[in-house]
Amino acid sequence: MNGVHDMGGMHGMGPIVREENEPVFHHDWEGRVLALNLAAGALGEWNIDMSRHARERMPAVIRSSRSQRPTICA
Amino acid sequence: MSDHHEHEHEHDHPGEPGSPLADTDLRVRALESLLVEKGLVDPAALDALIDAYETKVGPRNGARVVARAWVDPAYRARLLADAKSAIAELGYQGRGGEEIMALENTPKIHNVVVCTLCSCYPWPVLGLPPVWYKSAPYRSRAVLDPRGVLREFGLELPPHVEVRVWDSTSEMRYLVLPERPEGTEGMGEAELAELVTRDSMIGVARVKSPGKGGRR
Repeated sequence: MNGVHDMGGMHGMGPIVREENEPVFHHDWEGRVLALNLAAGALGEWNIDMSRHARERMPAVIRSSRSQRPTICA
Repeated sequence: MSDHHEHEHEHDHPGEPGSPLADTDLRVRALESLLVEKGLVDPAALDALIDAYETKVGPRNGARVVARAWVDPAYRARLLADAKSAIAELGYQGRGGEEIMALENTPKIHNVVVCTLCSCYPWPVLGLPPVWYKSAPYRSRAVLDPRGVLREFGLELPPHVEVRVWDSTSEMRYLVLPERPEGTEGMGEAELAELVTRDSMIGVARVKSPGKGGRR
């Protein structure tokens, strides 16, 4: 499948925007949702493939606009 | 960066009411309330996790690994042979570090790391990735035009230097071992670690000689 979850070689994405002295989290919710994901993940209710599939089901336009989205790779 | 994690979030201004960011904030709060109410997560554990990623897990860890490799040839050999174990020797391990490979930069080879699939990154040594690493422009272009991308970061590589681009996955993440800069011969390990930047361990920068300034 081609899309925001597999971007290698795509054209037209523009310049790379960098932020000096970037904070680990830009908003409190970023840290909270990362911690929630890690803590709830320990319950063992889903595996890495289910988690990846859930991310890929997110509408691309939302997902790509959240450049500050929490980072959990699956 | 906020240093408060009270649940009131009274200083948090994530966006105007009705904006997507405000919606996200509300949804996260609702999710947390539900999970806590049901006894599925412990708020203290959440605070501890956030604190760990804000203060303990970050590129300082990777810098110590690099500095050790620069001063200790035996450690360097172990790092290049089995990075995960060598990194664990310094006490860094855990989530996002299930498998890590160290990539040695030389005068002839320059390594650069990307995750075209999402944002895979070696958490135990670099912490959470910067936004640009997760962004569409970097992810799409690093594999298509790596020299151009490096130029955008201010790194112009001579044509005789081979560029190797490593595309990360959740099962294999990479730490670039940058070249030790000139003028550091008399420096100790701790001093050297201060020179090592996050970007140099992703491979989008070189470690600058002391006194030349600039760090990221």
